[in-house]
Amino acid sequence: MRDVAIVSFAQFNSPGERQRNEVEMMMPVIAQVRDRIGIDKDRIGFVCSGSSDYLAGVPFSFVTTLDAVGPWPPIAESHVDMDGAWALYEAWVKLQLGHVDTALVYAYGKASPGDIRRTMTRQLDPYTLGPLWPDPHALAGLQARALLESGRIAEADMAAVAARSRNAARSNPHAVVSGDESAEALLAEPTTYDPLRDHDCPPVTDGVAAVVLAAGDAARELCERPAWIRGIDHRVDAHAIGVRDLTTAPSAALAGERAGVTAGPVDVAELHAPWSHQELVVAEALGLRDDVDVNPSGGALCANTIMAAGLIRLGEVAERIWDGRADRGVAHATSGPCLQQNLVAVLEGE
Amino acid sequence: MSTENVAIVGIGQTHHTATRGDVSIAGLVREAALRALDDAGMTFADIDAVVIGKAPDFFEGLMMPELYLADALGAVGKPMFRVHTAGSVGGSTAIVASDLVAGRIHRRVLTVAFEKQSESEAMWALSTPFPFQPPMHAGAGGYFAPHIRAYIRRSGAPDHIGMLVALKDRRNALKNPYAHLHEPDITFESVQESIMLWDPIRYSETCPSSDGAMAMVMVDEALGDEAAAAGRAPAWIHATAMRSEPTLAAGRDQVSPRAGRECAAALYAQAGITNPFEEIDAAEIYVPFSWFEPMWLENLGFCAEGEGWKLVDAGVTALDGDLPVNASGGVLSTNPIGASGMIRFAEAALQVRGQAGEHQVAGARKALGHAYGGGSQFFAMWIVGADKP
Repeated sequence: MRDVAIVSFAQFNSPGERQRNEVEMMMPVIAQVRDRIGIDKDRIGFVCSGSSDYLAGVPFSFVTTLDAVGPWPPIAESHVDMDGAWALYEAWVKLQLGHVDTALVYAYGKASPGDIRRTMTRQLDPYTLGPLWPDPHALAGLQARALLESGRIAEADMAAVAARSRNAARSNPHAVVSGDESAEALLAEPTTYDPLRDHDCPPVTDGVAAVVLAAGDAARELCERPAWIRGIDHRVDAHAIGVRDLTTAPSAALAGERAGVTAGPVDVAELHAPWSHQELVVAEALGLRDDVDVNPSGGALCANTIMAAGLIRLGEVAERIWDGRADRGVAHATSGPCLQQNLVAVLEGE
Repeated sequence: MSTENVAIVGIGQTHHTATRGDVSIAGLVREAALRALDDAGMTFADIDAVVIGKAPDFFEGLMMPELYLADALGAVGKPMFRVHTAGSVGGSTAIVASDLVAGRIHRRVLTVAFEKQSESEAMWALSTPFPFQPPMHAGAGGYFAPHIRAYIRRSGAPDHIGMLVALKDRRNALKNPYAHLHEPDITFESVQESIMLWDPIRYSETCPSSDGAMAMVMVDEALGDEAAAAGRAPAWIHATAMRSEPTLAAGRDQVSPRAGRECAAALYAQAGITNPFEEIDAAEIYVPFSWFEPMWLENLGFCAEGEGWKLVDAGVTALDGDLPVNASGGVLSTNPIGASGMIRFAEAALQVRGQAGEHQVAGARKALGHAYGGGSQFFAMWIVGADKP
């Protein structure tokens, strides 16, 4: 495989971006991700983005948001209706072909204008599950209940994840939620989607994330300590929640194995776990040891820009490799109900 | 750095029609996938990764359908990828799938593109208002008609050119059992007399709304050689290219977009083609409204600017002409939007495999697949050949 690294990253998250449309929200972030490494738009060899028309409420919404990257003269470009982590995967594949040395990846989503709990139900099997309109918190609640009943976790474990994430988010300017409560205090709060409490669920978030990938010497030129992608893989599980053991995430385990997570020590892991119990499921699937620093950004529990939250995990790990806080880190992204689809990447400094 | 040669060893499609009420969305894509696997002598178990594409999720009212389709496409435990690049998506999906083999990530990739337009009304799904943008309340035809009028004004093309294209494509479709529209009684007069929808686009000069899916199996060189040795000649990918430009920009030429010209130039350079008209034996070009055939002939460099309509007029693009265009009947005869680009790409592959049946172009060794989308700002193209690149 050709050596490819994350060399720049920028993000913006807001609990409700009411003043600006998607393009206006994106432009400063796209500018920032380029300026950070002093790269001109014409030096980018490939552009790939991730977004969902169902958040924007219009078909072909990505068509207009392409304006944010200034695609003139014409550019080599592609788009996925998936989290930006998968757009990064497509760009990584493109860089493997050797025709281009750099790629810009971006993803965005505005969940606040609609009712995200209803919107996400449109992602379910349209014949058997979608017509029941089960919202994502309800499905996650079923998963949490299955975990609790299996005896593998206790409600206190979920509260501990939430408390640690909210405390970590206090030092993350991009988090939209943070707090200094103890796990005990959180556990004392009422349940909203039994057994989930508010802090077990992700906040509604609008936002955008952008990453620059570069291969080989181009990466070394653009970044003092590139975050090399040593392994990256994604897998999907069955869709119907009735045929899955919701207490596990086999596709995350498989992707983690193929990405080589356990081939070396892991200093930091950013796991895309929008609900607190999901962090425990993913950490176990990836075989992370207890000493791994999990979600130092606060994770998706504190900023969950749908379509970008997975890409942000990759960027957060890269940040820690660039500045030497970590030598080897794991980034994870998920999509679909109850961790149906998972992507795992292993990033390393030199 | 060399890339892996990619072979197309399986092609399968549904019979395209207005309403496939007998199957679910999963049933529709599975039908095409199973036919492609059967053609490749494989089963789902042989496949390493699945790449699917379709146009907006609103067309079926299903957000990110790849999640629900994972089971039906045998993707459980595998990578499942979803592409969406507007109308060019069928083409870009094929390219993204081929990259997985070219980059030696996987050896056997299944790619599927589909649309089940009967689940909704695409005309209205295409007509939602975008803030700060000119409204498109008349569907795609209303959007593109002014581009066509500009082309006619610039080139001085006579009125009958569009009707000739429509007549040719609909007649070609009679030779393609999978095509949606089969109109044995069509005549120049019946096209001419059909109702004017968006001047100068008549009803018979516009694409239908179809339910349908197209699938392909792509493999690496060793497996392509195996298929050839077993008497199942593959189509080899010689070049792929994608280009995009802004929807609205000062000086942007929507009649012959720069992104299309540059995409074609990059494609030919990669395929070692210096004279596309001479070297390409068959072309499947995305022509949803008749007049786009001469427009794209020029944009693709098959002729000089302003000359495309003359090729049409002289019958050069007919099935027995020097450059047969849309021998399959094209988008004018079959349009499951998200699949339409992949149908172009796969029909080009069928031609060089010599498997196009009644609409086979005699002696086709090298073929072009072309797709465009949005307001003519997204392009995806490939060149496939009977010989290895």
